[in-house]
Amino acid sequence: MSERIGIYVCHCGSNIAGVVDVEEVARWAGENIEDVVIARDYKFMCSSLGQELIEEDIRKEGLTRVVVGACSPHLHEKTFRRACANAGLNPYFFQMASLREQIAWVTKDRERATKKAKSLIAAAAERVALHAELEPFTVPVNPATLVVGGGIAGIQASLELAEAGYPVYLVEREPSIGGHMAQFDKTFPTLDCAACILTPRMSEAEAHENITLLSYSEVEEVSGFVGSFKVKVRKNARYVVEEDCTGCGICTEKCPTSVVDDVFEAGIGYRKAIYRPFPQAVPKYPVIDTESCLYFNTGKCRICEKVCPTEAIDFEQQDELIELEVGNIILATGYETFDATRITQYGYGRLPNVFTSLEFERLCNAAGPTEGKLVLRDGVTEPKSIGIIHCVGSRDVHYNPGCSAICCMSALKFGHLAIEKSEADVTSFYIDMRPIAKGYEEFYDRLMEEGMHFVRGRVAEVTDVALAPEEEGKLIVQVEDTLLGKQRRVPVDMVVLMVGLEPRPDARDVALRFGISCSMNGWFTERHPKLDPVATMTDGIFIAGTCQGAKDIPDSVAQGAAAAARVLSMITRGHVQIEPIVAEINPEQCSGCRICNELCPFNAIDYIEADAVSEINTALCKGCGTCVAACPAGAITGAHFSNQQIMAELDGLLFDVNEHDETMQPEPTAA
Amino acid sequence: MPDENFEPKIIGFFCNWCSYRAADMAGTARMNYEPNVRIIRVMCSGRVDPDFVMAAFAKGADGVLIAGCHPGECHYNNQNFKTMRRYALLKHTLRAIGVEEERIRLQWASAAEGAILARSIDEMVERVRELGPLNWPKQWEAPPEVEEAIKMMEAEHAEALEVTA
Amino acid sequence: MSTNGSKPKLALYWAASCGGCEIAVLGIGDKILKVDEVFDIVLWPVAMDFKLHSIEAMEDKSIDVCLFNGAVRTSEQEYMARLLRAKSKVMVAFGSCAHEGCIPGLANVTTREEIFQSSYDDPTTVDNPNGVRPQLETETDEGTLYLPMFYDTVRTLDQVVDVEYTIPGCPPESDRIWEALTAIIEGNLPEPGTVIGEKSTVCDVCPRVRTDKTIKEFKRTWEIEPDPEICLLEQGIICCGIATRAGCGALCPQVGSPCIGCYGPAEGVTDFGARMISALASVIDSDDPEEIDRIIQEGIPDPIGQFYRFGLAHSRLRRTAMPGANGHQPAEEEVTA
Repeated sequence: MSERIGIYVCHCGSNIAGVVDVEEVARWAGENIEDVVIARDYKFMCSSLGQELIEEDIRKEGLTRVVVGACSPHLHEKTFRRACANAGLNPYFFQMASLREQIAWVTKDRERATKKAKSLIAAAAERVALHAELEPFTVPVNPATLVVGGGIAGIQASLELAEAGYPVYLVEREPSIGGHMAQFDKTFPTLDCAACILTPRMSEAEAHENITLLSYSEVEEVSGFVGSFKVKVRKNARYVVEEDCTGCGICTEKCPTSVVDDVFEAGIGYRKAIYRPFPQAVPKYPVIDTESCLYFNTGKCRICEKVCPTEAIDFEQQDELIELEVGNIILATGYETFDATRITQYGYGRLPNVFTSLEFERLCNAAGPTEGKLVLRDGVTEPKSIGIIHCVGSRDVHYNPGCSAICCMSALKFGHLAIEKSEADVTSFYIDMRPIAKGYEEFYDRLMEEGMHFVRGRVAEVTDVALAPEEEGKLIVQVEDTLLGKQRRVPVDMVVLMVGLEPRPDARDVALRFGISCSMNGWFTERHPKLDPVATMTDGIFIAGTCQGAKDIPDSVAQGAAAAARVLSMITRGHVQIEPIVAEINPEQCSGCRICNELCPFNAIDYIEADAVSEINTALCKGCGTCVAACPAGAITGAHFSNQQIMAELDGLLFDVNEHDETMQPEPTAA
Repeated sequence: MPDENFEPKIIGFFCNWCSYRAADMAGTARMNYEPNVRIIRVMCSGRVDPDFVMAAFAKGADGVLIAGCHPGECHYNNQNFKTMRRYALLKHTLRAIGVEEERIRLQWASAAEGAILARSIDEMVERVRELGPLNWPKQWEAPPEVEEAIKMMEAEHAEALEVTA
Repeated sequence: MSTNGSKPKLALYWAASCGGCEIAVLGIGDKILKVDEVFDIVLWPVAMDFKLHSIEAMEDKSIDVCLFNGAVRTSEQEYMARLLRAKSKVMVAFGSCAHEGCIPGLANVTTREEIFQSSYDDPTTVDNPNGVRPQLETETDEGTLYLPMFYDTVRTLDQVVDVEYTIPGCPPESDRIWEALTAIIEGNLPEPGTVIGEKSTVCDVCPRVRTDKTIKEFKRTWEIEPDPEICLLEQGIICCGIATRAGCGALCPQVGSPCIGCYGPAEGVTDFGARMISALASVIDSDDPEEIDRIIQEGIPDPIGQFYRFGLAHSRLRRTAMPGANGHQPAEEEVTA
């Protein structure tokens, strides 16, 4: 029985019709393509009238297949599939041709555009005739959620979900949650104390009955799919028994080993071998750093064990491997700062009084290594002049071309803090000032009033080589002051480098582990940069905060909440539909050669030893089709992207291969 | 020999997530490029079977363009590496068969790289235009002499049956 | 199956072939007597005398089954293919040559002129100063001498006539031949258009153990002493068994020789080489384009010989580029085995 195909060529106003002769395409399709019973052109197919046109034709003309030539399927494939479904036609009996993005908007020549339109319509029609009746799978959604990363975004997401009444596993790599925000002194523009606004959230996250906090832990393996992920988490050994520890801190006090704290104190402070990252750490349990601990290195000491009042130290403690089952995952893994040593001309690491922004935060912080006193590297001298260099490692073709979004505001904040804490003169060396959000521009005005200086120019060099008496013993910032049109050498006591935000060094590995994409530089890829910034292309996995791109705290919080909202919509619906684009192995044709076994990154292909054939778990299959193409026995079929369908599309595209013959006659056999 | 009016027909296999979106983006940005590439959408460049490429040439295409996500950015993790490997072996084979190198191309383009895609299309169309039509079915087309030769056999057989006195 | 009480008629013909399929038929041993008992063999050039005009004089469709082996590369062979097609109810492409070109099909890497040159000019024992070539018609005192036309491109049987069944193999194993003949005798044939054979590939019956398919290097058969238990491909030796239709019982891999693909592609597959290319390339263990190229260049110096040894004429592209066909120049590298 032959099909009854309906062809609809959309004008899209003049978007398509202005270049493609849409009436001609419809006429030609009706006359030349096999099994076409209706061929129309219409002004706006995506309008309700356009959709009704399709629905009516399906009912009245008994259409069995529908082709729409219009915009990109990424925009309206769902729309037209729905129209088909409304009229009782399986939505997968529909195919779309992109006449707008692929032809009308990119071609000037009307004749060539019209020819190309015919080929795409022919291809869609040839293909759709071979479509199979498919039904999406429905899978249940596990109401538990995994949140990876306990910074402000992750904490926000966890609290939203927990408050809604659903269980959350919050996994954090460091011994404490809090992320970078815990390192800050004040936050712009409100000048709230970072710890003051953060720590209540941290406590809430720990205390909430619906949140299971897994700190000092990392996700090792993820399998499954939206609605039912299986996650393996490694809870690293703290060597402290959490049930017994009261957090009194005596162990830390008595520990004889002091090492540089590279993480929380940004390398300018110390911590002990057994330590809590910061006083308000959540959870309060300390951790033994086995690399510096005397016991783990030499077998001696064990002082912490001796002094602990509750005998909570356990040197034999093992890592714990925990298996979790969750329905959705939110990644909020944060950022890393740009390594300022890479810009050698700024002298970081070589000239002692060149600091990074994180180091400056720790200096300002009252709980920091200098108890909030603004001093130089010698720990004593107060700087009389400070130069703040913007865009270190950002907006730079040699390092990162993007803008890091928060450094201008941080620089202003530092200016304020420096002016407040000391007598220092503060100068900002900026390219552009970017105080873009609410209250930010006003903060900039305030700093100008507070007497911060601003020099517009990209700093060429920071040097300690004095060329004049007043430069002796100072750091000289060499910059072109573009507003003055002059080169300047500005002597300062201290230089602060506003280092840019970068993805975590292991972002790519993390992306692979979770099955999401990240861009060439490492930011996780959102589903759509404008309209879907917290979803990824992988159903069930969401991203929030700076791991998606540089942003400030309000935006991170907003994204954390947004990701939680997305997850909540899945949980409350209770189930999710998965496109039935999956591969299937015909066991009769499969010889068990096992070529396909290693090709699936989602582990959807198993080898069944007993039958000596391979088998695909359709629940895990994501439909990429790689195994379909690889199978040497042709034993694997790809639903909705079968060999026959693609070959038919190919035939349609080459309808005019015998030049000037557009009648689409079948190829002559033999010869 | 270059045909003045020859417009190459190039079949494109574009992956749904990156390169097809890049083509969308080129459209949205109204970039102008040669209309000679007719696109087949696949979910992943890993779906592209060397058989599709050979079939395209056998059916008369002048070129084939395979486009996918950059290595490391594949929506399905690392399937584009399989595309890369297949492309290498396919090219090696096509070279031995005598199909010119420029007629098949593998282009990586992320969803934001509409301009790069448009440029690569223009480049390829220009190269293939210079090469001329491939018209592969002509390679095996039986020349008209075959029918004559077969008819001659019938004549020969009839002759052979004549018995001369 | 017989018409008006007489025995069903069987024809066997050989075109461009080596004779191995004929021997394979005889390989059914004394079952040949059963065949003779059941059928009236009207044509079998290798075994019996016949006259062409007797065949030409037969009624159309009066031969019940024709087993046609050999490829078609001359006008005489095409003539016979058409003749037997007209006279036969069921036409069977018997053996790899008829099915997919087989070894004669490898002539599709060259041209008639090059072949003639290598036969009539190049050999040191040939003295042909005037470059004499075979002619279609030559006048002699006794009359006109006709020679068939020699094609540039070898064709498979189904590229010149419609074919109902195909029996694959180079040659088809005698057991398979007997099974097919039995099916014919009992009237137990599948749908027309079928390849009479296994659905799956050689791995299905190969006893070697298969685990991890990732290949770091392709090895030539003389480069290593293969482990007798483990899959040859997993040891780096290119075995076409993954893509080759089963039916031979995996004879070659069992003696340490990799399958070369003589039974043709699996069910439903058109281009054998494409399957091999896709499968092998997919499991090359490298993500570095340069390393991948090196592995391929070193391990597969002759892709046509490796992947299209039997099926070139039946593949998508059927032959290598011929100079002059549509102004096309072949690749610079000499296409040598």
